[in-house]
Amino acid sequence: MRRDFVTAFIAMIVFTILLGFVYPMLVTGVSQGIFPGKANGSLIKRDGVVVGSALIGQQFYEPVIGKNGKQLLVKGVPQTQPDPRYFQTRPSSTSDNAAGSGFSNLGPNNKTTLVAFQGYIQTYLALNKAPNGQMYDPAVTTAAQIPVDAVDDSASSVDPNISVANAKIQAYRVAAVRGLPLTTVDAQVATYTTARSLGFLGEPGVNVLELNLALDRLSGSK
Amino acid sequence: MTVNGWLQILAFCAALIILSPILGRYMAKVYTGERVFLTPVFGGFERLLYRCLRVDPKRGQDWKSYARSLIIFSLAGWIILYVVLRTASIQPWNDYGGVTFHAAPWDVTFNTVSSFLTNTNWQYYGGETTLTYFSQMVGLTVQNFASAAVGIVTAVALVRAIASRSGKSLGNFYEDFVKTILYVLAPIAFVSALVLVSQGSIQNLSHYVSAHGISGLAQTIAMGPVASQEAIKLLGTNGGGFFNVNSAHPFENPNGFTNFYEMLIVLIIPASLVFMYGRMVGSRRQALAIFAAMFVMFIGGVTVAYAAEAHGSAAQHAAGLHTQVIANSTGGNLEGKEQRFGVAGSAIFDVVTTVTSCGAVNSSLESFTGLGGAIPFANLSASEVIFGGVGTGLYSILLYVLLAVFIGGLMVGRTPEYLGKKIEAKEIKLVALGLLITPLTALFSTALATASAAGRASIFNGGPQGFSETFYAYLSQANNNGSAFAGYTGLIQPAAGNAGAHGVTFADLLGGFTMLFARYAPILFALAVAGALVGKRVSPVGLGTMRTDNPTFVVLLIGVIVLVGALTFFPALLLGPIVQALTGHLY
Repeated sequence: MRRDFVTAFIAMIVFTILLGFVYPMLVTGVSQGIFPGKANGSLIKRDGVVVGSALIGQQFYEPVIGKNGKQLLVKGVPQTQPDPRYFQTRPSSTSDNAAGSGFSNLGPNNKTTLVAFQGYIQTYLALNKAPNGQMYDPAVTTAAQIPVDAVDDSASSVDPNISVANAKIQAYRVAAVRGLPLTTVDAQVATYTTARSLGFLGEPGVNVLELNLALDRLSGSK
Repeated sequence: MTVNGWLQILAFCAALIILSPILGRYMAKVYTGERVFLTPVFGGFERLLYRCLRVDPKRGQDWKSYARSLIIFSLAGWIILYVVLRTASIQPWNDYGGVTFHAAPWDVTFNTVSSFLTNTNWQYYGGETTLTYFSQMVGLTVQNFASAAVGIVTAVALVRAIASRSGKSLGNFYEDFVKTILYVLAPIAFVSALVLVSQGSIQNLSHYVSAHGISGLAQTIAMGPVASQEAIKLLGTNGGGFFNVNSAHPFENPNGFTNFYEMLIVLIIPASLVFMYGRMVGSRRQALAIFAAMFVMFIGGVTVAYAAEAHGSAAQHAAGLHTQVIANSTGGNLEGKEQRFGVAGSAIFDVVTTVTSCGAVNSSLESFTGLGGAIPFANLSASEVIFGGVGTGLYSILLYVLLAVFIGGLMVGRTPEYLGKKIEAKEIKLVALGLLITPLTALFSTALATASAAGRASIFNGGPQGFSETFYAYLSQANNNGSAFAGYTGLIQPAAGNAGAHGVTFADLLGGFTMLFARYAPILFALAVAGALVGKRVSPVGLGTMRTDNPTFVVLLIGVIVLVGALTFFPALLLGPIVQALTGHLY
């Protein structure tokens, strides 16, 4: 019996060294040697500053300016809202927190889920409505015309992609706000659309961060 | 549903059917001591390990000795993992953008340790806000390998017993364990980790990255040695995510290809073990019969889940959303799903990981539709014999095979026998106990959690969904799956790094004990069955022998599995997912 315990502990210690140190360090070493960019998070830099990761969704928000000309505070929390110049990522239950991902856990038959969807629909329609009261994209006026990805929470809460349909609707707004021709913005959407892997695995998606960076380069603004 | 969705499902099935006989043949060689192509690489190291452990691989063990080694080894693993996880604050690489991580509370740690020891990987915590890199690598990654190997060796021992002609030996636990790690798990995991990194999975020991977004917002991005853990988490059907959202996270599962690859390495070993079994008992047809039964049930589950998710949820329809596929959009229930996987890629993934004991998810099960969410329930209710976990799937379905042989024998009025070995009262008693212990544990724990205020404290959603959460939590833990209707909570964490965190003691402890009991009791029964079968004489096949390798037997086997699962779980399933599937009512 004592022999059994000694063997068990020796085995656990030996395998802890092999599988807990040697194996991950070997993978780390080889990865850092062959795929350093990917192994370190596919980070994107602009002017030497990391602006995010190509694989991680983020919010493109601007401060809400109050009547006094300063950023609005609600209970001490600075308020932000989607910046209309930028394509917006999918709804996220964690506000795209890349250091603490989480599911929304909204059930399929729950009233809270309905309320959340109604909120997302309202936000989306409001964002894509021009100051003159017309929709930027005249084909999208009600919930039924919104692609589901635009108003359903992502799983990871940091989904970097949106559907092409969603991007094409937002393209109307971005083009108008930035004063760019719609065809130019649509061409950028096409450039930053990732096709299905090997042509049939997964779904196509538009990488929002890369698309927004390209638009900033076109507009010459930051 | 789309043509492309079905194409992915077809391609996946094809890959599985082509690859699993190849790996199965390889594994049969490994466990019968033949030379394989890796023998020249690892042979010397293997012998060194035996000397180091003072184990004589030639000395076979009877079932009691085999079981004793397995249990004591697991106990040692439990203690070491508990120590590793509780010493987080003094570990190296412990700086996450200014935050130092502390150990999770004792009750959550008890749950986590039991969870990784039992190949469950139930997680009440979010990885990137709770565990240090050191804990993830030295603690969890090690048990991802070890618990998978323990499952596989149990299956190998049972297979040897069925195949043997005389004697008492089931093989040597440590020899089987070492071979499993060196020749099967480690090489495939290593290659898979690199495949994942090549697609964008991360693998580093850096601090969390501070990014300055282009619209002026700051974003902290979690880093870590992800790919090395991701590979074994899937290959060993463990399922515990490096990140809170598991394989939905882009760093764990970056694109459509990795999604496909990850599903493949989840199912490859459970499917290959069936073919290994065929070779070891010398009958390919026996293996094909078992594989066919598993495959039919698997395809059924995938079809229903895909159709249900493509249809959309009651809440979506109430909000006025259109869920049919339109140009350039996935349609369907995309709540809690990633754009890059879409509906089909999410539905197959979650069926793959709930038929096995993997429990990884690439989408939120809690947000699946009533019917789509009922498929994971059904998979767990079938005690994970549809391919199942590594090893656990094979030994569990072999117990079902014995039960089907027994029932078939009663129908035709002959003494039941399997591969020439008589199945008698003793074996059937052990089989029945081995099969019923997991469902009973699940129901008992669910009842306890539903009936007590302490248990209901963990519920997140109201209405039948709240019951579904609770039931799923204990069903998943009893089946050592680890997937969750993730609203159900066992850890209250005000800030990343566990400052001020406390566990929900009731849920943590009940879950922990559920996992331990429902893992080791069936292993002991499976080994006891092996012990009862190993020395039995083989009688020649006669005209009156019931065939166990034809379509009739496949149907009988499926019937027995469905019957046992349905009789045990139907009342409970009615209260949760079925109610929701049948109504558009919002709660």
